[in-house]
Amino acid sequence: MTKTGSAFLGLLATIALFPLAVQASQVQEFELENGMKVIVKEDHRAPIAVSQVWYKVGSSYEPEGQTGISHVLEHLMFKGTERYGPNEFSKIISENGGRENAFTGRDYTAYFQTLSSDRLNIAFDLEADRMRNLLLDEKEFQKERDVVTEERRLRTEDKPTALTYEQFNAVAWRVLPYRRPIIGWMSDLENLKIEDLRDWYQLWYAPNNATLVVVGDVDAEKIHTMAQETFGQLPPSDLPVMKTPVEPAHNGVTRLQVKAPAKQPYLLMGFKAPVVTTVSEENAWEPYAMEALAAVLDGGDSARLSRSLIRGSSIANSAGASYNAYTRLPGMVMFDGVPAEGRSIKDLEKALLSEIEKVKAEPVAADELKRVVTQTVASKVYEKDSVFYQAMQIGMLETVGLDWRLTDSYVEKLRAVTPEQVQEVAQRYLQPDNMTIAILDPQPMDEKQAESKSRPHVGVKHGS
Amino acid sequence: MAHNGRRIVSLLLVLLLPLTAQATPEIQSWITAKGAKVMYVHVPDLPMVDVRMVFDAGSARDDSKPGIAALTNTLLNDGAGEWNANHLAERFENIGARFTTSSLRDMAIVSLRTLTDDEEVLNQSLDTIAAVVTQPQFDEEEIERRRQQVLVGLEQQKQNAGTVASKAFYKSLYGDHPYGHNPSGNAVSVAAITVEDIRNYFKQYYVASNLVVAIVGAVDRAQAEKVVEQITAEMPAGEKAAPLPKVTFSTGESLSIDFPSTQTHIYLGQPGMSRSDPDYLPLYVGNHVFGGSGLVSMLSEEVREKRGLSYSVYSYFSPMRAEGPFMMVAQTRNERAEEALGVMREQLADFIKNGPPEERLERSKNNISGGFPLRVSSNSKIVEYIAMIGFYDYPLDYLATFVSRVEAVTAEQIHSAFKRRVHPNNLATVLVGNSSENGTPAEKQE
Repeated sequence: MTKTGSAFLGLLATIALFPLAVQASQVQEFELENGMKVIVKEDHRAPIAVSQVWYKVGSSYEPEGQTGISHVLEHLMFKGTERYGPNEFSKIISENGGRENAFTGRDYTAYFQTLSSDRLNIAFDLEADRMRNLLLDEKEFQKERDVVTEERRLRTEDKPTALTYEQFNAVAWRVLPYRRPIIGWMSDLENLKIEDLRDWYQLWYAPNNATLVVVGDVDAEKIHTMAQETFGQLPPSDLPVMKTPVEPAHNGVTRLQVKAPAKQPYLLMGFKAPVVTTVSEENAWEPYAMEALAAVLDGGDSARLSRSLIRGSSIANSAGASYNAYTRLPGMVMFDGVPAEGRSIKDLEKALLSEIEKVKAEPVAADELKRVVTQTVASKVYEKDSVFYQAMQIGMLETVGLDWRLTDSYVEKLRAVTPEQVQEVAQRYLQPDNMTIAILDPQPMDEKQAESKSRPHVGVKHGS
Repeated sequence: MAHNGRRIVSLLLVLLLPLTAQATPEIQSWITAKGAKVMYVHVPDLPMVDVRMVFDAGSARDDSKPGIAALTNTLLNDGAGEWNANHLAERFENIGARFTTSSLRDMAIVSLRTLTDDEEVLNQSLDTIAAVVTQPQFDEEEIERRRQQVLVGLEQQKQNAGTVASKAFYKSLYGDHPYGHNPSGNAVSVAAITVEDIRNYFKQYYVASNLVVAIVGAVDRAQAEKVVEQITAEMPAGEKAAPLPKVTFSTGESLSIDFPSTQTHIYLGQPGMSRSDPDYLPLYVGNHVFGGSGLVSMLSEEVREKRGLSYSVYSYFSPMRAEGPFMMVAQTRNERAEEALGVMREQLADFIKNGPPEERLERSKNNISGGFPLRVSSNSKIVEYIAMIGFYDYPLDYLATFVSRVEAVTAEQIHSAFKRRVHPNNLATVLVGNSSENGTPAEKQE
């Protein structure tokens, strides 16, 4: 189950570019008596619908020593309630032709089902049940924790670039909980107890901490009624009040080196920056200027990094820039890349820094900003091809504490960005003293290959 | 909780009979004067169109130059007609169009997504993509740059245990068959590819007779005909690529590659079936039950749910022009690799011995039939489907009859097909992981 949020810039960029709407969307919003929010967007193109339940909890809510607990809980949400046995949720959805899964991020945990739209009631019924009645059985927990450690090995331990990203975050953020990996440190996963999971579930899984988003071939009023009959029956909780941590000033460049068996070096560079949730009113344009900045640099093959570093000087084999304006806590403008054959990581670093200097020295061209806006307007049309993506945007905005209506105003805000503003945010935030830079230093892999045509196959160990 | 099988079947009939036009995309197809095959579905509700061009020019056509198909396909990004790489990218991106290329073993793909409500925008997109597929520049400097990128990419593939395993698996199954080599080629072969080679390759395979164009979106039939005309006006008719050689089944070998990873990646399998295989449906539906239905498949239940051995475990048949592979895949910590491998083998042997349990087969069929609307719920999915239907010469009613054909598959047919086609004692086995921990022989290869 389960993607663990975005570990790479490519993914971050998808979220960051988050192309948003020109005209108002057909969205209706309700609040159930128990405080659960219901947001419905009717889209009658195909006889299907997606249902997503978003909880305001994720790795950035976790205490020290319990990293990864939100994600482990997400896995356990498929392991049975009083009414339904382990894995039965998945069986029922599957049998009804549905697709389902879940994902955990820094600021959210979300569960989704895509179904023929006349079967949504099945998803609501199951989802409401596990919001309050999860069993959290010890044996299931033990097995599923094994699965999660395998997931960590697959996605992080054995992936040198992912390891670099994990270390980068741990070093770049001094205080913000974004320093912790979403999937959790291996030792924390090993130390988790079922009681910890039970507490975490009690604390956060309540209708007044959740948002239901439905997009598809539905009638909003009927969805409201169905939600009232299912989720609406659940009691609300007293939710914990979180203190908001503040990242102290970053006083000077921070460098780190990550050694791992690998063939190619990799560079990751980040500059701390505010986001929409954290800027003051007079600086409300800044996040949008940074979105524009990232897109001028990396919004396609005609953007600057591709043009100057991948082609042009051919210093980079790949190079990217990204920024996400919509997170709960402050963020970063990030750069990454792999040097081209015969080029060093130093060359790449210098080249990226010089691209940054250019943006600081000179306003970007009006044409470049125009391209960014045009691409965003087009993306706004293209994204209507996917009910899932439309629901993602709404759910994510709501869950990080913003308003889904931002999907409608994004283009206008981007259009309002001037070349001088892009220059200004570059000058303000893309400074060496505000920079963290991580280098993957490849270690020998020492491959050897053993072949045996008639290798005896050891029998199965029937463990469980 | 209404999930009883009968209700689903009756719902399905309602979906399929009176609402066919709505539930199943209506495909129109024709052959152009030049010989290109067109697959078209009119979807007027969003002001956009997807154009997917598929040439029979994947790595199966590499012949003596492994990597040439992928390199040629990538170079389509780097200049065409009078536009160099920068101009070409601007031509698309300045109007919000999306242009991508990709290449597989069977297919070389060129895709475009663009807005349709402004005629200038649409025309610029189409003129540009026409130049891409008829007048690529193949500039020497760009070729060198891409060559270096491929070489870096080959090194990156070596640092991922899963990729190493997958490559070794294909090699083991297919040997010298065109499906056997890495589609990216190898360091020696890629270094040797010349400008002339690329031009010749392009000339031979990027031709109308070797092309399927799929169009989905807000263009009517007359416009769709114009679109194809615009794109292929300068394209020579050329010749269709020759049939691929048959795959010869050899004894499955066991291969263990030592790798500095915490997990061992397991690939088990054999050549499976082609797109025109008479056993296609029973093998597809049977595998859905066995290892193709995500978390509820038999394989996932045994390996992941019951034993916590692997995060991702599945099996599939990948039907291709020639016999694509049947594979079972999992990864687990090195120390448990033998256990996981044992469970996977045992599950397959059991499945072949007993066939699919009726109840599970019913559930799989319900998933496939009930989930049919999801498969065709967006333009991007439809365009991919119809390109595939055109490329593999499936009948136009492939989608319309899909559910009823799946419904008709019986447990006996599946049992018989698996028994005849899958050979559990003769599977290629590839393990990539730390061999001192996973218990495989650690002999070094020369």
